[in-house]
Amino acid sequence: MIELEGLTKRFGDKLAVDRLTFTVRPGVVTGFLGPNGAGKSTTMRMMLDLDHPTGGEVRIDGRRYARLKEPLKYIGALLDAKAVHGGRSAYNHLLCLAQSNRIPRSRVDEVLDVVGLSAVARQRTKGFSLGMGQRLGIAAALLGDPEILMFDEPVNGLDPEGIHWIRHLMKRLAAEGRTVFVSSHLMSEMALTAGHLVVIGQGRLLADTSMSDFIGQNSRSFVRVRTPEPERLRDVLSAVGVSPQVAADGSFEVADMEAAKLGELAAQHHVTLHELSPQQASLEEAFMRMTAESVEYHAHSTAGLADAPGDREGAAAPRGLEEGGDGGVAGGREDGRVGDRVGDRVGDREGGREGVPVWGADWSAKRRKGSAR
Amino acid sequence: MTHYPAPAQAPLPAPPGAYSSPIPVVRTHLGHAIASEWTKIRTVRSTLWSLGVMFLLVVGIGMLMTGTVGENEYEYSPILSFGLPGVLLGQLCIVTLGVLVITSEYGTGMIRTTFTASPQRGRVLAAKAIVFFLVTFTLSTLACTIVALLNKAALEGRSINRFDGSAEHQVDTASASMGEFLRATVGVGLFMALLGLLSLAVGVLLRHSAGAITSMLGVVLLPLLASLFISQISVKEKLQEYSMPNLVGQLYGVPIHGDDGGWGLLGLLGLVTAGMLGAAYAVLRGRDV
Repeated sequence: MIELEGLTKRFGDKLAVDRLTFTVRPGVVTGFLGPNGAGKSTTMRMMLDLDHPTGGEVRIDGRRYARLKEPLKYIGALLDAKAVHGGRSAYNHLLCLAQSNRIPRSRVDEVLDVVGLSAVARQRTKGFSLGMGQRLGIAAALLGDPEILMFDEPVNGLDPEGIHWIRHLMKRLAAEGRTVFVSSHLMSEMALTAGHLVVIGQGRLLADTSMSDFIGQNSRSFVRVRTPEPERLRDVLSAVGVSPQVAADGSFEVADMEAAKLGELAAQHHVTLHELSPQQASLEEAFMRMTAESVEYHAHSTAGLADAPGDREGAAAPRGLEEGGDGGVAGGREDGRVGDRVGDRVGDREGGREGVPVWGADWSAKRRKGSAR
Repeated sequence: MTHYPAPAQAPLPAPPGAYSSPIPVVRTHLGHAIASEWTKIRTVRSTLWSLGVMFLLVVGIGMLMTGTVGENEYEYSPILSFGLPGVLLGQLCIVTLGVLVITSEYGTGMIRTTFTASPQRGRVLAAKAIVFFLVTFTLSTLACTIVALLNKAALEGRSINRFDGSAEHQVDTASASMGEFLRATVGVGLFMALLGLLSLAVGVLLRHSAGAITSMLGVVLLPLLASLFISQISVKEKLQEYSMPNLVGQLYGVPIHGDDGGWGLLGLLGLVTAGMLGAAYAVLRGRDV
C-alpha cells in the first residue's frame, strides 16, 4: 500500500505537485493518469525518495522509503528504461542491484527468464532496443519479488506484442494481491488494464475513482440522427423541448432523449431518417475534457491553417479543445464525428480532418494511421 | 464548462489477501553495498581501460626511463625516482576513473536505479569510495612496486660520480633505503588512491563527466603551470610546494620545492579529500537525484 499525504513539490516558483493525497491499494492495478507535464514522474520519484518533497509525505507500508532497509523487496519500480549503464551486461546490471539488497544470485536468472531476456543476458545493454530495455527495467522491478510495483509509462515505445505482454503481467501481478501503480498519458491504455484511476493535472488531484465509476460519470451518451429534412426535425424536437446539437456534417446529436423515443417521434411526424444511432463519447475524450484546463503545453491552433481555401467547413465549426476545453460538453464534438465507439480519439479527428493541430493529435494519429483521410 | 465533483476516495473491494514474497527479507548493510559496488566497478570497460592504461604507463615508462640510464652518464639522483614520469602520466587515468565511477551513473541515469535499490545514499557513497580506494591503491602500489624493484635491480650498486664542489672526486654506491622504497611504492599508491577519491568527490559534486575531469586536471596541473608565470617569489614557491607533481616528487625524493619525504603533503591531500567527500555526502543527501 502506498499512501500520499499532502505531497507537494515546488521547482523554483513552479508548483509541480500540489498537495496530492491518495492511497494506492493492493490487489488492483491503479492507473496514474495525466497529460504530459502533469507531475506524474515527479510524484513517482518522490515516492521512491529520489526527489525530496517540498511538503507532505509518502509512506510505503506505513514507512518512508528511505527507512526501508531492503527496498527492492517492498517495492519494484520501472522509472525509465534507460536508467541503466549501457556498458554493463543485463545480467551484471541485475546482479549489482540484487547484491545491494541481498537477493540471491539465482533470482537474477529467474527474472531474466520471466521477461524473456535470458538469451541476451550477457550482452551489454547499450545495444538493447527500447523494448528490451523496458523488459530489463521490469526485470529489475521484479527482482525482489516485491509487494508493490510501480511502472512509469511502461508501454512507451513497445510493439503490440510487448504492450500485450505488459498488460497481462500487470493484471497478473495485481491478481496475486500486489499493489500495482502504473502511470500513463493514454486513457485508452488504462481503460484496458487499470481497475482504479488516479487522475492529476498540473500537479493537482482531479479524480480518484474506480474505472467503472469514471466511465459511468464521464462517457456521456447521445443519439446521432441524420435526416434529409433537418428543419422539420428541428421543429419536431423543439416542440417537445429538445434542442439538438448540429454537427459539422449536418447530422444532429441529441443528448437527452433515447434512440427509441426519437425514432417514434420521427415516425409520428413522418420525418425521414437516414441514421438513428446511439453513441458513446470516448473515454479518451472524457479524460481530455477533464484535464484540458490543466494541460501545460497547448498546441495552438493556427488561424492561417483554418482559413486555408477549401477548408471553410472546418473553419466554420467551432473547435472545443484548443479553446481550452471550456466548451465542456458541447465543445470538441462540433465536427460531428465524435465517439463512434469507446476508444475513439479526439485528436485524430480534429487533426486529421481539419488540419488543425490539437494537443494529443500526434500520439493518437500514430495509433490510427490506417484511418487517415 | 463541466464541473467535476471533488475527488473522493472510492470504496474498493477488499484485496484478495496481501501478497507475501517467498524471498526472505534480510537487513542490508554496508557489506551488501560494497559487494554491489564491486560488481559495478568490475563489469564496465572504463575500469579495465583506465586501470590498464595506468598500469602500462607506470610500468612501461618506468622501464623505459631505467633503460635510458647509460653506464657512464649516470649522475646522482635517487635510483627509484625513475618511476616518477610514469606516475605523473598514470595519475591522469586515476582521475578519469575516479570521476567516471560516479558521473557515468549520472550520465546514464543508472544513479536513479542505484538509489532506488539503496535509498541510504551515504552508504552508497561510502561503498563506492571504499571499493574504488582499495582497487586503485592495490593496483597503483603493485605497479609502483614492479618499477621500484626493476630500478633497484638495474641501478643499485652502481657507482655514482658526485661532484660536490670540492676538488675531490667522490665515488659512491647507489642504493635505496627502506624508507625510500616504501615512499615510492605504498606512498605513491596512497597518493593515487587519494587523488582518485578526490576525483570521485568532485564527480559527485558536479555530476558531469567532462566538467569533473577538467576540474580535476586543473587541480593536478594548474598550480605548477601557474607558478611558471608568477614572478612573486613567495607565491611562486607556495604554488610549487602544494602542487601535485611536487607531492609525487617528494615521495620519490626529487622535490621541486621543500622536502619532508612527501608524508606531510600526503596527509594534507588526505584531509582535503576527506573534506570533499564530506561535502559530497552533504550535497548528495540533500539533492534531488
